[in-house]
Amino acid sequence: MNAYLKIDHIDKSFERGGTKTEVLKDVSLTIDKGEFVSIIGHSGCGKSTLLNLIAGLTRVTAGAVLLENVEVNAPGPERAVVFQNHSLLPWLTVYENVNLAVSKVFAGRKTKAEKHEWVMRNLDLVQMGHAKDKRPAEISGGMKQRVGIARALAMEPKILLLDEPFGALDALTRAHLQDAVMEIHARLGNTIIMITHDVDEAVLLSDRIVMMTNGPAARIGEVLEVPIPRPRDRIALAADRTYLKSREAVLKFLYERHRFVEAAE
Amino acid sequence: MTATARKADQSATPKTVSESSSDKSATVVVMAQRPARKLNIQPALAAICRNVLPPLVVLIALLAIWQIACSHPGATLPPPSQVWIDSYDLIAFPFFDYGSQDIGLAWRVLISLQRVAIGFGLAAIVGVFLGAVVGQSIWAMRGLDPIFQILRTVPPLAWLPLSLAAFQNSNPSAIFVIFITSIWPVIINTAVGVRNIPDDYRNIARVLRLNPLEFFIRIMVPAAAPYIFTGLRIGIGLSWLAIVAAEMLTGGVGIGFFIWDAWNSSRLSDIIVALAYIGVTGFVLDKLVALLGNVITRGTAKN
Repeated sequence: MNAYLKIDHIDKSFERGGTKTEVLKDVSLTIDKGEFVSIIGHSGCGKSTLLNLIAGLTRVTAGAVLLENVEVNAPGPERAVVFQNHSLLPWLTVYENVNLAVSKVFAGRKTKAEKHEWVMRNLDLVQMGHAKDKRPAEISGGMKQRVGIARALAMEPKILLLDEPFGALDALTRAHLQDAVMEIHARLGNTIIMITHDVDEAVLLSDRIVMMTNGPAARIGEVLEVPIPRPRDRIALAADRTYLKSREAVLKFLYERHRFVEAAE
Repeated sequence: MTATARKADQSATPKTVSESSSDKSATVVVMAQRPARKLNIQPALAAICRNVLPPLVVLIALLAIWQIACSHPGATLPPPSQVWIDSYDLIAFPFFDYGSQDIGLAWRVLISLQRVAIGFGLAAIVGVFLGAVVGQSIWAMRGLDPIFQILRTVPPLAWLPLSLAAFQNSNPSAIFVIFITSIWPVIINTAVGVRNIPDDYRNIARVLRLNPLEFFIRIMVPAAAPYIFTGLRIGIGLSWLAIVAAEMLTGGVGIGFFIWDAWNSSRLSDIIVALAYIGVTGFVLDKLVALLGNVITRGTAKN
């Protein structure tokens, strides 16, 4: 009963101009400390909404999200979000972007030197220390996302929320970043929730994969355990039976039982 | 015709005086020769020629037309050659100072600029703040925007009698007119900029729990900076328009009053020189704000 993060029977509906749209219906999930959970589903199934509810960026209609038994009802740095399009502030350098988070979150708790050291440690963690004085416009998409991850990690969050973090990247860059995230997870033992629509990414990174049914009124269809020991190596896994079985299970869920039907709006 | 061309050359570009022969078509020769020579010199010089030469040629041509148009005996306005003779001291010595009302035009421009600096500075501060409120709060927008839209159409000088009555003094009245003229584009552009801040930036601020002041300084102003500077640029142009008109009515020592004073003493040449000063100053002000904007907002537009 003492789950680290508990999503307790939440509903979410949006109202616009008198019409009510149910996005999520009766979603329950518990996540343990240090776990890496992916949420996968077709586009429009409300997985980003679910992440925003956990982040506190939107309010639940019914039910509750509890982090260490405290109800989440506003955003905060203990639930750091890495946004899909990196959303670095373009007028700040890489260093300043991370420092904005550090100086706010650790105000009064760290000295100036400690803050500097903490910014650099997190930049080095994502191998971006060399570009600290560059502006976001001067670095590649993959590098921006690395900085976005460093900014989130620098908040020392209890839970790290990744909203399709690699969706906009090319396949090679994506693989590099997935490896970086796995390495960070192994080193720091963060609790991570990741939204994705990439089956391979979900299987490679996750301890559990939460599969959402199609909306409206989406719910959790299935939860798949991925019992592959860590550290995981993408090349070795390419022929691994557990990996292939997990992958097949997700594919079957997405493309047989819950085929995406283009909504006729 | 000969005199026309030489005079035009003299007033615009003194250094070409030696070149311009007493040939009857001096201007035509200049136009034909320069582009041909441009091809043989360094790229940097070529760039200068590209940017400086065309307006120079047009200026010379305009002066020539003006000279011709105003040279006949019954002309109501002085030709450029007459302006040069009449107002030589104003053109050549912008910084002379012979007592309270007998000072160079640069001093007068500086006094006007001082008024603009105070009025426009206040307008920039208040305008950015009000614009942020209107852009941020839907209710502030609903309440204030229609009023702003009506007030901004009031011509600058229509405010002057009221402000004279309120301040009982011409200098603060002139400053108020500057303020009330230039504040509207600042407010409106800032509000648009703030309304266009991407949700991602707002979400970051929410995750970091930035308080309203931190959000204003760290996110709102830099994110809306390109819009704010557009507003400031329009605002400084308007305030320079308004100061001349306001000074004509309030008196004092500004450039606007100088024109009024010159008109009352029928010194038309002086008015023409003052117009050149005003135009150049306005141009410089506009470029300064644009430059400041470019420096401050570098990198903001692209992401």
